[in-house]
Formats: sequence, C-alpha cells, structure tokens
Amino acid sequence: MSDTTRLSLFEAARVVARRDFHAILFSRAFFFFLLGPLFPIIVGALAGGIGGQVQRDVTVNTVAFAMSAGDNAAIAAVSNRVGGTIEDMPEIAMIPPETTKAADFSPAALLRESNYSVVVTGGLERPVITGPHPQIHRWDGTISLLAAMASGAAPTELPAIAEQPIEATAAATRSDRIRTAQAGQLLLFLLMMLLAGMVLSNLVEEKANKVIEVLAAAIPMDAVFLGKLFAMLGVSFVGIAVWAAAGGTIGLLAGNALPQLPEPALGWPLFITFGIVYFAMGYLLLGSLFLTIGGMAATVREVQTMSMPITMAQLLVFFLAASSITSPGSPMELLAAVFPLSSPFAMLARAAQSEALWPHALALVWQAVCVVLFVRIGAMIFRRRVMKSGKGGRIAKADKGMLNLS
Amino acid sequence: MLTETGTMTRPLANGHRPLAIEARGLVKRFDDTLAVDGVDISVPEGAIYGILGPNGAGKTTTLRMLLGIIDPDEGVRRVFGNDRPHEVAKLIGYLPEERGLYPAMKCDEAIAFMGALRGLPLDQGKARGRELLENHGLGYAVDRQIRQLSKGMAQTVQLLGTLVHRPRLVVFDEPFSGLDAINQGKLEAMIRELARQGTTVIFSTHVIHHAERLCDEVAIIAGGKVPYAGSVDIARDRISAQVRLETRTSEGAWRSALPDDARHDAKSDGSHFWYFPVPDTGIEALLKRLIDGEAGILSLSIERAGLHDAFVEIAGEAAARALDEDNAEGAAR
Repeated sequence: MSDTTRLSLFEAARVVARRDFHAILFSRAFFFFLLGPLFPIIVGALAGGIGGQVQRDVTVNTVAFAMSAGDNAAIAAVSNRVGGTIEDMPEIAMIPPETTKAADFSPAALLRESNYSVVVTGGLERPVITGPHPQIHRWDGTISLLAAMASGAAPTELPAIAEQPIEATAAATRSDRIRTAQAGQLLLFLLMMLLAGMVLSNLVEEKANKVIEVLAAAIPMDAVFLGKLFAMLGVSFVGIAVWAAAGGTIGLLAGNALPQLPEPALGWPLFITFGIVYFAMGYLLLGSLFLTIGGMAATVREVQTMSMPITMAQLLVFFLAASSITSPGSPMELLAAVFPLSSPFAMLARAAQSEALWPHALALVWQAVCVVLFVRIGAMIFRRRVMKSGKGGRIAKADKGMLNLS
Repeated sequence: MLTETGTMTRPLANGHRPLAIEARGLVKRFDDTLAVDGVDISVPEGAIYGILGPNGAGKTTTLRMLLGIIDPDEGVRRVFGNDRPHEVAKLIGYLPEERGLYPAMKCDEAIAFMGALRGLPLDQGKARGRELLENHGLGYAVDRQIRQLSKGMAQTVQLLGTLVHRPRLVVFDEPFSGLDAINQGKLEAMIRELARQGTTVIFSTHVIHHAERLCDEVAIIAGGKVPYAGSVDIARDRISAQVRLETRTSEGAWRSALPDDARHDAKSDGSHFWYFPVPDTGIEALLKRLIDGEAGILSLSIERAGLHDAFVEIAGEAAARALDEDNAEGAAR
C-alpha cells in the first residue's frame, strides 16, 4: 500500500472500471448482447448478396469502343472469338463512326449521356480510355489485351494505354461527401443507442446488489461514475470490434457488392479516428446522463420510465445534427456542433465534409469539459438523492415518538 | 481545537488519547424530515464506541456523514483530523447495514476488491483474503461464488473484506443484525481483538446488551439527537444503585425506613420483595432501621443500574419503548 491515505480519483475509477469490465465481458448476457446485432448483419449480408448479384447484373459493365470502323470491327471479332475465355470480360458496345466523327463528339459527354463504364478512343496501337478513375483501372488490362489481339500482335506485347480520367465536379464531390457524413452519423447514432442502453441497468444492478454503499464509503462518487463509464466504454469497443470484424469479413466475402462510400474530406484514416473519438465522447455524455438516471431509479421499470425522455431527446438531437448536414456553417449546424449531445454527430459530419482540423480540436475540448460536468452533476445528484436513510427508514415514526426528548 | 475549515491538530480525548473521530453539531435534513439534529461525538483512538438507539433514530445517517458518504447540512466532522473522510479512506473499514457483494465474484476476489477500493493491491488482497477465509473456517469456500454462499457466510466474507486492508478505524452499522447467537459471539470476540490490536471500532446497534458488553463509550441517539455521549460507566452511574430487599412481613415500624415510592411484589410463598434506590443516608443506616424494626430480612442486595436503565433515564420512555420493539422484532426475525 502506498503512503498516501487515499486513492487518487483515477486510481479509484480504475478499480471500479476493471471490476465492471471483467464482470460484463465475461457474462453470458454480454455474449447474447454481442450476438444480437450479428443476426441483422448476417441477414443483411444474405440480402446484400442477392441484391449484389442483381446489382452486378445491372451494373454498368459495358465498355464503349469509339475507334475507327476497322479497329472497332477487329475488336468485335476478337471479343466474339475469345470473350468466353477472358475472366471479367465486359460487354462491348461499338459507337458508330458517324457519331464519333461528329464535330461535338466527346467521350466525356458520351459517358454522361449513356450508361457506359468507359469509352475507348484512339487506335489499337494506343487506346485512350476515358472514364472515372476506378473504372479505368478496372478495365485497362482487358482493353489492352483485346487491342493487342485485334492488332495481330502477340498477347504479351500489350499496347500502352492512355488514360483520360473524368474529374468529379466540386458539387458532385460535396454531394458524395454528404452521403459519407450521413452514413457516419447514422452509424454513430445506432452504436450509441445500442451500447448506451447497457449503462442504464448498471447502477440499478449495483443498488440491487447493495454494493453501492461500500463503493460510496471508500471512494468519491465521481470515481464510481467515471469507472463505470469507462468500463462500459471499454466493453463497447470490444462489441464494436467484434461487429466490425464480422462486418468486415462479410464485406470481404461480398466483394464489390457492398456499397462503397465516397472518401471523406479528411481521408479515411483520420475520419475513422474521429469517428472513434466522437463515439467515445458521445457515449460518455449520454452514458453519464443514463448513469444519473440509473442512480436515482430503484427498479429496472423505473429506469425505463425515466430514461424514455432522454431517449426521445437523443432522437431529436440526432435529427438536429442530421438536418444541418447540408448547410455547414449555418446557425443550425453551429448549434448542433455546440450543443453537447449533438456535437459528436455534427462534428463527424464536418470531418466528412471539411478539411479543417481546428474545429475538431475545439469540439473535443468542449465535449471533454461537458463530460466532466455531466459526471460531477450526476454524482452530486446521486449522493443527494440516493443515500437518504438506513434500512430501518422509520424516521417519521421515530420522530412522532421521540421529539419530546431532552 | 475544531475550526470551520482547514486541517486541525489531532485533538485529545480527556487530554490523553487522540481522537479518531470528532463531530460537532451535525445536522442532516431529507426534504422535510430532520434526520439528524445537532449530533456531537468524540471517539478516542483504540476505543470500542457504540452508537445506541432505535431504528430511525439517525444512527445510519450519522455514520454516513462521519464517513463522507453524505455531507452534513450543518456542523463539522473530522476523521483522524481530516474534515474530508475520503482523504483517509485507506485507514477506514466500513460494513454497511445493507450488506452487499457482487454475486458472480469468488470469495477471495470479493475480499480483494474491497481491499482494492481502500488502496490494497489486488494480488495482496487476494492472498490476504485467502488467509482470512482460512482463519475463519471458510477456506473451503475460497473459489466459490458469492451467490453460492449462505447468507451468514456471505456476511462473514463482507466482514473480512472490511478488514483486509488492516484499517485503523472500523465502522460497523448494525453488525449483529441477521447473525445467530454463535456468530454474534464470534463477532464480539473479533471486535475485542481488533480493539486489543489498537484499532478503533465504532458500531451502531439497537441491542443494548452488545453495547453494554463491548463498549468503552456510547452515544445514545434518539430522534436525531444525542442526549448522552460518554463512558458506559458514567451513563450507568447517572442512576442510583437499586436496593433489592426480601422480607418475611409487609407491615411494621421498619416500613418508615423505605421510601414511599418503593416498588413492592408479594410472592406466593408469603415473602415480600421491595425495590428502591439506595437512600441518601446510606445502606448502613437503612439496615439498622430494618433490623430494629424487625423487618425479618430474608435477603438484601444492591444492584448497579444497567445500560438499559440508563437509556430509559437519558432518552426517555418513548425511545426505550421503540428500542424494545426493535429488539423484539429482531428476535422474531
């Protein structure tokens, strides 16, 4: 034992957190809790697999050749001859020479107006591929092989490919990033609501076990709250890791069938990092509210009744953050970024849409301050409301009989 | 010696022993209920100190304030000279009235966890926990989960968890409730042993006999007030010793030697019992008048007042009645 006469706040919180973390992690209830969301994931994956197949069928797999009439004919002949032997062979569409010879012909315009993956121009010796970058990379090998075979060269002497990627417009990019922001917010909300629910029953269980007075006598209530919050956060990360692993495995198996989100403004690594940090902050904020309620409630039924307004309020907060996605910098979006409970959602949306880092630093400091405040207020309410009297609880009766004592 | 803020020099009880706990004017209200109304308590280090009163008198609230679980609305309390009891948490052990342990924990883990809350490293706590369980006849249950234990065994485990970090002050809230006579005796022995080792022990109880047998000092609490706090002997000395006289006859000149309010019981065998305080003139003068008056003395004894009598005298009939009711309820349970 150290020479000091008490544990520091964080040492005390760690004792509580370690106990809670182990107790929850190795409980049967947590195992079933983990399984719960896996069922929808599996069902979703099955449905996604079927949908993906359908999507692959209708997805744009067509490469348009807009070369000279002779080159086009040579490509068509090779395609007919060896198409079945080439893996991932695209559909081939031939653009008639009268179209390509028009003065206003442009491969980019053709792509916008039609449903092709890429458009191939130039000649067999040097095909030029126009299209979105991922699509160019998807088809360049096959096109090069077809061109080589059509020109009569050996398949090993592949012609060089010229690329003409189509740059996305600023408006399109913004629109894409909004999709990423929405997806991030929704995932954050679902995870928080799913996992913060676990916090709810924690203190009720503690009171049912009657251990709370032992804790309250030994360490400050702030430490009890902090310990419980961080234990639940740790458990949440375990849950998320399991679900992410399951989701990732399914994603790998499903390949390109799963929807791919546009890259956020800060890039995926930083966006995911912020996602984790904002989840932690949002979870701590919501969890401290739920812990306060759990501390005041005596039964699980009371907890459910008392937590309903907070759950509803959290929905409103989510809608506030979600509705302001499209107007960054607006008063509504600023309100969502400043209000503690909506701040993590709003800031994650910003991470998807804006490259500025300083607002995140500011928001994280503000959210951390709010967590400390919420925990302190929750602990104070708990101390005032819970530890009222002993088992006897006969204060009123005793008063009647004994107030005349000297 | 006490100041409103800041640290204090360690006060001395009766100018001798330093105080483990000192409280002055503690007040606690819950909504409209005045639960504790100006409690003063001084507990010398190494003492066995009882807080005696019926249920609802304010014992638990007082203990919770002393331990820093709740803060008083008014007044000051100091534990080992510190007005923030959590600051000296490693020196304190506390067994609340509402016993509670995590049902899924094993016995040694539960003890180690309680020690860890008071700063004892977990591995040391486990080792000491096993040792304590062994010493108290529960060695076979070390690896059992709390939910697999009987209520009495679980209480013992919690008690050991209260002591595992070797505290200098142990606070028990109604420690004897729920224990059978054998375990009550064991607990009494444990409290005496703790005090012998220099540990200060404070316990609340509504059973006078435990306080009378164990305590050096008591605080009698009723209606949130402490009408008496001090030595058990002095409390008993507040009531005169009682004379218990047995005579062959009930009438005679000797009757004038007895006070008018002497209690009289006539027995079926013809003898008569008389109870009254030792007269101011002394026992020798009384005896002479009885002999001269031919009272026919069969027996005469002088009985010192018990703590129960002192409780009635100090706290009043209503509080004593409440205390007796609690004892009857406890015995019925």
